[in-house]
Amino acid sequence: MRVRCAVATGLGVAAPNGLGTENYWTATLQSVTGIRPISRFDATVYPVKLAGEVRGFEPAEHLPSRLIPQTDHMTRLALTAAAWALADAGVDPGSLPEYDAGVVTASSCGGFEFGQRELENLWGRAPGHVSAYQSFAWFYAVNTGQISIRHGIRGPSGVLVTDDAGGLDAVGHARRLIRNGTPLVVSGGADSSLCPWGLVAQLPCGMLATGQEPDSGYLPFDERAGGYVPGEGAAIIVLEDADAARRRGARCYGEIAGYAATFDPRPGSGRPSGLRRAIELALADADVTPSEVDVVFADAAGVRELDRVEASAINSVFGPYGVPVTAPKTMTGRLHAAGAALDLAAALLAITNGIIPPTVNVRPAQEYQLNLVTGTPLRARLRTALLIARGYSGFNAAMLVRGVA
Amino acid sequence: MSRQVVITGIGVVAPGGRDTKAFWEMITAGRTATRRISFFDPHPFRSQIAAECSFDAAAEGLSYQEIRRMDRAAQFCVVAARQALSDSGLEPDALVPHRTGVSIGSAVGATMTLDREYAVVSNGGRTWHVDHRYAVPHLYDAFVPSSFAAEVAWLAGAEGPAAVVSAGCTSGLDAVGHACELIREGTADVMLAGATDAPISPITVACFDAIKATSIRNDDAAHASRPFDRSRDGFVLGEGAAVLVLEELASARRRGARLYASIAGFASRCNAYHMTGLRPDGREMADAIKAALDQSRLNPEDVSYVNAHGSGTKQNDRHETAAFKRALGEKAYQVPVSSIKSMIGHSLGAIGSIEIAASALAIEHNVVPPTANLNERDPECDLDYVPLTARELPVDVVLSVGSGFGGFQSAIVLARQDLKAA
Repeated sequence: MRVRCAVATGLGVAAPNGLGTENYWTATLQSVTGIRPISRFDATVYPVKLAGEVRGFEPAEHLPSRLIPQTDHMTRLALTAAAWALADAGVDPGSLPEYDAGVVTASSCGGFEFGQRELENLWGRAPGHVSAYQSFAWFYAVNTGQISIRHGIRGPSGVLVTDDAGGLDAVGHARRLIRNGTPLVVSGGADSSLCPWGLVAQLPCGMLATGQEPDSGYLPFDERAGGYVPGEGAAIIVLEDADAARRRGARCYGEIAGYAATFDPRPGSGRPSGLRRAIELALADADVTPSEVDVVFADAAGVRELDRVEASAINSVFGPYGVPVTAPKTMTGRLHAAGAALDLAAALLAITNGIIPPTVNVRPAQEYQLNLVTGTPLRARLRTALLIARGYSGFNAAMLVRGVA
Repeated sequence: MSRQVVITGIGVVAPGGRDTKAFWEMITAGRTATRRISFFDPHPFRSQIAAECSFDAAAEGLSYQEIRRMDRAAQFCVVAARQALSDSGLEPDALVPHRTGVSIGSAVGATMTLDREYAVVSNGGRTWHVDHRYAVPHLYDAFVPSSFAAEVAWLAGAEGPAAVVSAGCTSGLDAVGHACELIREGTADVMLAGATDAPISPITVACFDAIKATSIRNDDAAHASRPFDRSRDGFVLGEGAAVLVLEELASARRRGARLYASIAGFASRCNAYHMTGLRPDGREMADAIKAALDQSRLNPEDVSYVNAHGSGTKQNDRHETAAFKRALGEKAYQVPVSSIKSMIGHSLGAIGSIEIAASALAIEHNVVPPTANLNERDPECDLDYVPLTARELPVDVVLSVGSGFGGFQSAIVLARQDLKAA
């Protein structure tokens, strides 16, 4: 039986350093950072001062007014990115045969700002003040539901929550749906938790950067690494069955050629991290050897111990300095579930344009033995890119994307 | 020959009983566990009823630190997973870590912890700038519900794919469907699959109050969940978890495992209609049912029992009845249909897996649990809903369905393992 092949035909991006795919890509190639002092609320009382906020996003410019009171910021970003991705793909899912399109998204933590407002209404006022939209506006499934409704998408759909690995896990699942016969799936990730409660809820993990300078806040694979800068955003990708895409003459950014997910052993077990295995399984799934991988988009935790594990996994597969590695998320902060989806968009753009976006601000530490692309973008003929994403507690995901000749 | 998936272990934590056996006895006896809420003073709320679990984490063997670290929903699914593993006869040492995965559904994650801890850091909702100095050390585990899958993976020593599946109230069906897919495609040989939710918390009660989705039969809590009854007035919130051990058939047979049932088909659809509303004709649910039966290579005539979503809201029960008629045709009028939510309430994302557990047990025991509190059928709900008392009958094929906020509609088909292929 023919194995259906999933290709990306549309991209939609709402990132801290660029609203819209073109703005994001231009900013990324020019090393323009979206990491700045937190402006959404007064963060002076908190140990974390920096964030990757999506700036200049006016919901009313992008969404019908009826959707605004019922959506968290995260969902507004997701809906906007989804509409852009579908426009970019040049397809209206509502015009496809019934059940021929699906939606699979990931969110790590749901709509926190909406949730905080309603918790305040509950505790600070009375139960009767809680919004009628609270029953769905904050929850993890809301982006899939809202995208489905807005675009008339009625086929197999889903929602995955695997912390920061979610962006790849969602797309990996979307590819599975395509293989099982759904011709088009809108996929990706969205997250925003840049409100006081969202920040306070993630502080205890001890991995947030406490620096004040945007240029030195988030420094993965650097001796100065001191945690991650939280960010927000959405990256949505339209995936299609390759034959269907070809038939309608769609532009194709690349193929989702391989994917795998693993989970790390229980802490203290003495067993090795599952990241290397995830990478090897994704390469095997794509039938690609390490020497055929042209660039790696790293998870780049910015936490020394996690950077060490990731570098070790990369080097065990590719050898020390064996492959160009980059982390454009140094310009956005970590967008949780949206982060890996944004990396996927960046990797597809890199392949399409023959250019590796840089890692900014980082002075690569010797110990990691990585060939990190820093400073300026690197022109290169790219056939393949490997993406790595890791989530809190031990989620590992790896994906191999391949250019379409 | 494609790989088939079988259920070889069942673990349930549900209102009214602390394990699978107690759960099955309760729902086949037609007893209800819906009561006035005891976790907090429900007086300021419109709906004051819920089905609470009598659950003692320490007695279930969780350590002090596990109890501190885990939200109640995480505790539920870890305890259910332990039960399921023990029931399956698989020792943790017998599991191959790389080939073992985890798929846990949850609609609302660690809502209880987040609600409680918000109240502390905001000092009762007094300040937008909540005070981080009052945050508990493991708050990130509540911030991301993916921690539930992590806890189950650590319990089982699973190092294959792990994920939380969160599709609102179909999470429990979708998490099991996802796990089946991973086994079928060869990514894993064993999956711990199920779902958990512990939503009986002020914010959840308030948010369903706001849309009048929950029952206000506050003076008659034990009979408040009344699916398909003319006098039903909304669902009753519940809590709990069910986790199943799913295995690839050939390897389960090799080790001589007890095979409760095979999971023959799963499908999901979206209604693209409304975040909380349902299209009256049930067409998307009907299509999910047809697709799941097709995948199972079974016909409507083969279905012995339908485990309904049966939430007890006005619109759901009519929607679902329409979907059954549309998908099953004449058979819809003959097949027994029941809702165990009448007894254990609606535990949001968890209930789908609890209902799959009930469906597998129905096959195991050839008994169909009843719909409690069904005294007078809604004239628009004109099927056989097995009122009040359980029914003994040969149960070979069970269809279980779910419907969730976001427009999700899912259907799963369980079949007796030795059932001849159609």
